[in-house]
Amino acid sequence: MSEKYEKYYVPAESPWPFMGAVALFLLAVGAGNLVIEITRDKEGFGGYFLTAGFITLFFMLFGWFRNQIHESMAGMYSAQLDRSYRQGMAWFIFSEVMFFMAFFGALFYARVISVPWLGGASNNLATYEVLWPTFEAIWPLVETPDGTKTQAMGWFGLPLINTVILLISSVTCHIAHVALEKNQRAKLKLWLGITVLLGCIFLVLQVEEYIHAYTEMGLTLDSGIYGNTFFMLTGFHGFHVTLGTVILLIMFLRVLKGHFTPDNHFAFQAGSWYWHFVDVVWVLLFFFVYIL
Amino acid sequence: MTTVTDDSHHDDHHEHHIPTGIKRWLYTTNHKDIGTLYLWFAFIMFLTGGAMAMVIRAELFQPGLQIVDPNFFNQMTTVHGLVMVFGAVMPAFTGLANWLVPMMIGAPDMALPRMNNWSFWILPFAFLILLSSLFMEGGGPAFGWTFYAPLSTTYSNDGTALFVFAVHIMGASSIMGAINVIVTIVNMRAPGMTYMKMPLFVWTWLITAFLLIAVMPVLAGAVTMVLTDKFFGTSFFDAAGGGDPVMFQHIFWFFGHPEVYIMILPAFGIISAIVPTFARKRLFGYASMVYATASIALLSFIVWAHHMFTTGMPVGAELFFMFATMLISVPTGVKVFNWVATMWRGSMTFEVPMLFALAFIVLFTIGGLSGLMLAITPVDFQYHDTYFVVAHFHYVLVTGAIFSIMAAVYYWLPKWTGKMFHIGLAKWHFWCSLVSVNVLFFPMHFVGLAGMPRRIPDYALQFADFNKWISIGGFAFGLSQLIFLALLIKACKKQGEPVSGQVWEGAEGLEWEIPSPAPYHSFETPPEVK
Amino acid sequence: MKKILSKAESVLAVLLANPVFAESEKHIDQYKLNMTEGVTDISAKVYDLHMLMFWICVVIGAGVFIAMFISMYFHRKSRGYKPATFHESVKVEIAWTVIPFIILIAMAVPAANLLFDMEDASEPDLTVLVTGSQWKWHYKYMDNDVEFFSKMATQAEQIDGKFAKNENYLLEVDRALVIPTGKKVRFLITSDDVIHAWWVPDFAVKQDANPGFINDAWAKVEQPGVYRGQCAELCGKDHGFMPVVVVAKEPAEYDKWIAEQQAIQQKAKEEEQRLLAMNMTMDEAMALGEKVYNANCAACHMPNGEGLPGVFPALKGSQIALEDQPKHIDVLVNGVTGTAMQAYAKQLSMSDLAAVVTYERNAWGNNTGDLVQAKDINAAINGK
Ligand code: HEA
Ligand code: HEA
Ligand code: HEC
Ligand code: CUA
Ligand SMILES: [Cu+2]
Repeated sequence: MSEKYEKYYVPAESPWPFMGAVALFLLAVGAGNLVIEITRDKEGFGGYFLTAGFITLFFMLFGWFRNQIHESMAGMYSAQLDRSYRQGMAWFIFSEVMFFMAFFGALFYARVISVPWLGGASNNLATYEVLWPTFEAIWPLVETPDGTKTQAMGWFGLPLINTVILLISSVTCHIAHVALEKNQRAKLKLWLGITVLLGCIFLVLQVEEYIHAYTEMGLTLDSGIYGNTFFMLTGFHGFHVTLGTVILLIMFLRVLKGHFTPDNHFAFQAGSWYWHFVDVVWVLLFFFVYIL
Repeated sequence: MTTVTDDSHHDDHHEHHIPTGIKRWLYTTNHKDIGTLYLWFAFIMFLTGGAMAMVIRAELFQPGLQIVDPNFFNQMTTVHGLVMVFGAVMPAFTGLANWLVPMMIGAPDMALPRMNNWSFWILPFAFLILLSSLFMEGGGPAFGWTFYAPLSTTYSNDGTALFVFAVHIMGASSIMGAINVIVTIVNMRAPGMTYMKMPLFVWTWLITAFLLIAVMPVLAGAVTMVLTDKFFGTSFFDAAGGGDPVMFQHIFWFFGHPEVYIMILPAFGIISAIVPTFARKRLFGYASMVYATASIALLSFIVWAHHMFTTGMPVGAELFFMFATMLISVPTGVKVFNWVATMWRGSMTFEVPMLFALAFIVLFTIGGLSGLMLAITPVDFQYHDTYFVVAHFHYVLVTGAIFSIMAAVYYWLPKWTGKMFHIGLAKWHFWCSLVSVNVLFFPMHFVGLAGMPRRIPDYALQFADFNKWISIGGFAFGLSQLIFLALLIKACKKQGEPVSGQVWEGAEGLEWEIPSPAPYHSFETPPEVK
Repeated sequence: MKKILSKAESVLAVLLANPVFAESEKHIDQYKLNMTEGVTDISAKVYDLHMLMFWICVVIGAGVFIAMFISMYFHRKSRGYKPATFHESVKVEIAWTVIPFIILIAMAVPAANLLFDMEDASEPDLTVLVTGSQWKWHYKYMDNDVEFFSKMATQAEQIDGKFAKNENYLLEVDRALVIPTGKKVRFLITSDDVIHAWWVPDFAVKQDANPGFINDAWAKVEQPGVYRGQCAELCGKDHGFMPVVVVAKEPAEYDKWIAEQQAIQQKAKEEEQRLLAMNMTMDEAMALGEKVYNANCAACHMPNGEGLPGVFPALKGSQIALEDQPKHIDVLVNGVTGTAMQAYAKQLSMSDLAAVVTYERNAWGNNTGDLVQAKDINAAINGK
């Protein structure tokens, strides 16, 4: 054993990863069947699988994280491992960015290519003249080529408020982080609590907006490419906000229990990175989906 | 800076503490165990996908429909492609990365061992879903491995939902695997192992992992849109709602093209390890190899639409993608030339890994050159969706990726098991494979040029003779792989001559400095790299 | 199990007897190794470019392999060759980066020029709208009042191996597209359902038929003749059975042909009106219905009416075919949007439609006894 190297911790074998794989299996089978059953009005067992999947997943996450927290609190982790976690998280966020890129890509494609082409742009004059002679290529696409009508969501009002909320929450999250690093626990609790609260408000307002879109504007997931991109982008974003809020909530609870030290708080750090990421995505969304 | 296993909580790095029984495999966090799991899984998938290819070849043995109906034929083509790409080649490379990267950089294990286990065990489940859909009402996916909309949306069967979620979890597995590789390489190198001293296999995997993280999520996005288009009324890929079926192809190939380099870059790393060993001469142009790999990876993001020349893009776009695609030949050429220069004035011997590596260089180059021909837009109008394309990609995938994997297995197997493999069987395996694979894939160029479309269960009479030979080659190649199976079973039973740590006379690298078989945790103390 | 065994048996029989050898011998003359030169100016240029690329690749490949084999032969340990120690050279690296780059430019220039020519479909003499659908082509002459479907004509028995396969096996259609020679014909290509690709190798034309969008391509054919191609994009079950046949005729003959077609299609419309007033007997309807069914519906719903479970519904014992007659007619006339079931009102005549409905309601044990007449279909289509 040479002292000149840091300690390296190879975790002992563990049942959680395998259980995680089983959970994903149940989720995939469940979700797949449930989708079919819902949309085709069939009876089936999809729902049970899905539920079982979620239960297994939560059980697994709970167990795995408890294990992890335990080991971390026991001081078993090295700086090297901490670095690995941080980089791992950063790459994971990068992969999430690319996931959103696919949908932003779809949005740009629709705006710059498919809608104008249907209206006869580029090398598609014949498309317009022969197939869609009455189509008007404008964005937001309030009337699709096959005549489905909808309305565009303005940026003023709820979306703007939501933007402000998220931006503020990013700041509060940062304040909490700084407080943690300075070991100001009371401040940390306060600002982290506020961040979680802001996340919840955002979600409530988002639901509000969806209800408004569905009941009053005729803007739905299936109302043509405008509605598609609108709901898929904001929907996946909302899903990520939900996740982020839950993560921060757990951090909050852990803070209450006295976890984390000024120089050892990877989980908190990861949660806050995630939150900032969700925030940046929203700003892009606000710009490209609502304003432009 | 790095890394010793000196923690008292962790005591199973001594041989006699290796856990046993089924739990060892289910719960393991050891990179070698996980590597073994990946490799066996990949091989089983290769046999499965190969069996489907045999169904395809049997049906195409002669004109007319004899064995399967067209719908089932399409399922075979589709699932063959998916299984080979996602089930055989990618997991095999990940398995090799697991085994080799820690050994090559002087680390005791991967950086995130538990996540490592998770990424492996997702795979068998994902393929369980995919393969079992073949037995359900309506059958499995029948829209090609590229699942173009709207054939995969409005016009597919409902089993598509399962396909989508299987791809989702498969993607999650790949992303986690890739994160692990990157983090390991960045964080766990032995002292003195600078980036420009890393073995090329490590380099190529570093870059491959980056590609994986960048494009697998895009695939996830694509399947998600397929799901909502099919089941929830969106019209991303439907002109009636303002979308475009071609948009699907853009998104898919933005993933798909980097994906094909994901399947070849680690192969380049393998060949760059094997050729110097058996030429007894250092790899020529190490630095240029690194830069070439990076350029290939970067270029791979801007060439995707070369799969879509016939979709009616504006001329400007076609020109752009043609030129960008052609450019990729330059860094790839640098690699080929470097290998040849490594052999030049070396002192060559022809052990089995080298035989596969040499076959790789020749046959991959043939595949690459036909790729270059495909890149020429005006002629691609004739080549596209014919067997010429099928010939191209089997040369780069089978005699490229698969041959490199076989080379790697032969090269490192003695290190893994501590015993030399059965050389006689290995030679039989090589020569039978080499001859039959060319009988199998070379005539595909001819039928393709003569006008035989791909993905058809039956064909016009002028293609009959070649197809017969192709099928015969296919059966022979399939049977040759059974030799490999036999050899691997022997190796796993630890039969054979014991070998020293060095194994091959000319081999260089950290993995050869430890005993064979490699200890459970390769480096108890990190080696000093000069 | 029995099924599998008998399949295995037939495979064996095939392998042993192997009638292919004998059969393809006859066609040895049309057996090709290389791309066709085609019959248009463009296709010839495409062929030349292809050969140029091919030879460049051969030369490069040969260079690489020769160098490799030289060292494999001379620089081998068994000949006692001692390894050199050089392992890098910036000069060499630059050389083999720059030289290939120059070769690439030499390839790119002619390719770009040809591409511009191919994509220039402006100022055509004649325009044809080509629409793919599962699994047939529809041709519409934009300048005349002529349109028709074109389906594969090879009999199912040839595919199953019951009859001998004839010369243009899988490459023959019931009605070919006819175009004039010496004229620039522009093809507008689109689809009604999934993506197909309209490909005629002899014209070097291959364009995807994307639903909802129109692509174009063009050809100027100099020699009269029959040119055959196939659908070149996976489009579902019968993708392999979707040939394209184009007949090029001298302009004069072409004009005659198109005039004839116009007359025939006009006549058919009148005939249709006349038939409305007539009634078929059950036997007539069943006989006609079976013919229509096998030609148009059997591809999906299968000749035995059982469909493909999970993909195409069975008509045998289907609730619609047994009970709901108006719905049955409606499905047939208007199709089911968002599924593979097409609208047949424009594809089949009213009496054909009536006959096929009758057939479906009485075949395979669907013994409803219903007899549907053309006027019933007319009522459904025109609300009369
Ligand atoms: C491992 C996988 C792999 C690899 C490495 C490649 C490598 C290349 N591929 Fe391939 N390709 C596939 C897998 C792969 N491909 C698959 C699976 C498909 C079909 C997908 C589907 O539709 O199902 C496909 C299809 C495909 C197409 C679409 C064809 C069509 O559908 O119409 C094209 C077109 O441009 C193409 C081009 C290329 C090129 C230019 C390279 C280049 O990277 C090759 C570079 C290598 C060389 C050129 C040889 C060595 C170089 C020299 C000796 C130097 C000197 C040479 C010169 C400078 C001239 N490929
Ligand atoms: C890495 C990827 C990979 C690999 C290794 C292979 C390997 C093989 N492929 Fe595959 N192939 C693809 C990737 C791959 N393929 C892809 C992506 C497609 C496109 C799919 C699409 O169009 O969507 C394709 C399509 C494809 C087609 C075109 C189908 C069509 O267009 O309709 C054909 C046809 O011959 C084919 C044949 C083969 C054969 C004979 C092998 C052989 O090398 C396989 C050899 C292995 C074995 C045979 C297994 C070992 C032996 C046994 C299990 C024992 C049983 C053996 C006998 C009974 C003899 N492949
Ligand atoms: C390309 C494939 C295809 C062809 C060709 C085709 N059909 Fe269909 N058909 C379908 C599909 C798919 C459905 C299921 C539609 C749905 O989901 O409601 C269907 C449904 C039907 C139904 C309703 C059956 C039920 O129980 O729901 C009838 C009747 C029918 N088709 C008759 C015909 C007739 C008559 C023809 C030929 C003139 C024909 N079809 C040709 C694909 C096809
Ligand atoms: Cu139509 Cu393939
Ligand atoms: Cu590509």
